[in-house]
Amino acid sequence: MTDNPVILDVAGLAKHFTLRGPFGRVRRVVRAIDGVSFQVRRGETLGIVGESGSGKSTIGKCLVGIHEPDAGDLLFNDSSLLGLARRDRRRVARQLQYVYQDPGASLDPRWKVGRLLEEPLVIHADHGAAERRELVRAILGAVKLPDAFLDRYPHELSGGQQRRVGLARILTLNPSLIILDEPTSGLDVSVQAAVINLFKEMKAAFDLTYIFISHDLSVVRILCDRVAVMYAGRIVEIGDVEQVFEDPRHPYTRMLLNAVPRIGRPGARREIGGAGDIPAGEEVAGAGCPFQPRCAERLPRCAVDEPLPENLADGRGVACHAVAAP
Amino acid sequence: MARGGLLAEYRRAWVKLVRDPSSAIGMVILTALVLSAVLAPVLATHPQDVWDVHTAERLRPPSADHYFGTDRLGSDIYSRILFGARSTIFVAIVAIVASLAIGVPIGLIAGWSGGLLGNILMRFSDIFLAVPQIVLAIAIAQTFGPSIENVILALSATYWPWFTRLVYAEVRSLKNEIFIESLVGLGASTPRIVVLHVLPNVMSPIIIRSSIGMGFTILTAATLSFLGLGAQPPDPEWGRMISESREYLPFAWWYAAAPGIAIFLVVMGFNLLGDGLRDVLDPRLRRKVEK
Repeated sequence: MTDNPVILDVAGLAKHFTLRGPFGRVRRVVRAIDGVSFQVRRGETLGIVGESGSGKSTIGKCLVGIHEPDAGDLLFNDSSLLGLARRDRRRVARQLQYVYQDPGASLDPRWKVGRLLEEPLVIHADHGAAERRELVRAILGAVKLPDAFLDRYPHELSGGQQRRVGLARILTLNPSLIILDEPTSGLDVSVQAAVINLFKEMKAAFDLTYIFISHDLSVVRILCDRVAVMYAGRIVEIGDVEQVFEDPRHPYTRMLLNAVPRIGRPGARREIGGAGDIPAGEEVAGAGCPFQPRCAERLPRCAVDEPLPENLADGRGVACHAVAAP
Repeated sequence: MARGGLLAEYRRAWVKLVRDPSSAIGMVILTALVLSAVLAPVLATHPQDVWDVHTAERLRPPSADHYFGTDRLGSDIYSRILFGARSTIFVAIVAIVASLAIGVPIGLIAGWSGGLLGNILMRFSDIFLAVPQIVLAIAIAQTFGPSIENVILALSATYWPWFTRLVYAEVRSLKNEIFIESLVGLGASTPRIVVLHVLPNVMSPIIIRSSIGMGFTILTAATLSFLGLGAQPPDPEWGRMISESREYLPFAWWYAAAPGIAIFLVVMGFNLLGDGLRDVLDPRLRRKVEK
């Protein structure tokens, strides 16, 4: 896997949201993501984990062009995604797709499944009508839904079925990189398992690369090869899933993993540590490590000097003064 | 959850409408209006009286020969009311269709683009809203001369901002829906998203507003005619007829009563239908009812 070519190279990506008061006065600037860099190799699954508000979804939305990043660059198959003309952007967009957290909400409630599945093909029109219907049937079969579903409306489907349709809609375009945004949240555990298996099967069948955005660490562990841990818009630790989960180095990663409740472990009341909330982006801008107010291992320099990701001997990247210079 | 395709939704809505007493009454009234307009030459007892003058029979009270009596020129009021339904329907439909044609696209553009362009468009429509509708209509009718066409022009020019505001607000909230955002990610063009996804999802409030707008438009048209700015004699226009009757009140009570009741019934019919449509088509209200 590590020898596969890099399909996506994210370099120093930043996206700030400006909240404006009356008369366009800037009320505050939220740094949703701030200087995020990582690479994804063809065929791997990269997990992105973090608390709500850590900027996970913003990364995904920048990748597919829903948000325009403020800084940094996105290289997809060695060509930049930014500053493209609309037409070029759409050509690239075929290969890079985004699956929403709630695929039911990502389907127009007034359109039938058949028409919804055909739509991506119509947008990127290079098929005849008959060919489109053929493709749609094939894809629907691939996600294991019967043809009868073509005539149903999204609200007539269950949560798991909606996710299948959402994924099928994307797969009709034959993409190479899919961003899955919280694809298992809000599902029964049994349905979750089915959906995860579906993702695995689709990955093998369509030769896909995934970016898997989730806060469900157990699912990330099952599905992902590598994982990036995000905090306040920055990646604090990134590495192989086994390394990160077995031997977390960044204090935040340790805290996050400790917070996972596990059945059968006595004394469920463990010290999670690091009380407090995630700071909103603008409060931490420029002033040291964003995690230091909650950190148990903070050093004097953490308050003034923001740690940058550094590669450790085992290949993972960690952004922490306490880890880099013990 | 009663969502689905437009057609399926409207089929369901139709069944509910027919079962709802008040909107059923509204539909009966409006069906009667349409029938009397279409069948006016057949139903009228004195069809030639739209134009003919019988001074010998002027201001006769209602009788077996003249159901609603006769007017100052001896014409049969019943027959004139039937023919008057034609211009009433004509004015209402043309004015609303024109308002839709202006207001909906502006609302879509303003709502979708937002920002400076959206603000300019909305402030522009605010200008039309700021002036009381009847005053603006009077000004237009007076500038271009009294006629039915100018009443329609005045009504369209003053009613479109309501559609703009309605569509604008709906589009603003729709734009935050995930299925719209996901279309952007899918690479869909803006016209495609707006026409194929946004517009169908704002159809229901537009239909409701159109029905209520018809009643409102008819009332305003009658007002303008009453003031002498609309239809000219001898056109059988309801508002015009009430205006003529003023000199003979209270003696010739039927002269004003017949067109007055006709206007009242038609406006009520459109309002009842509009309320009924709101009940069955507006999902927010529907959810409340179902709880």
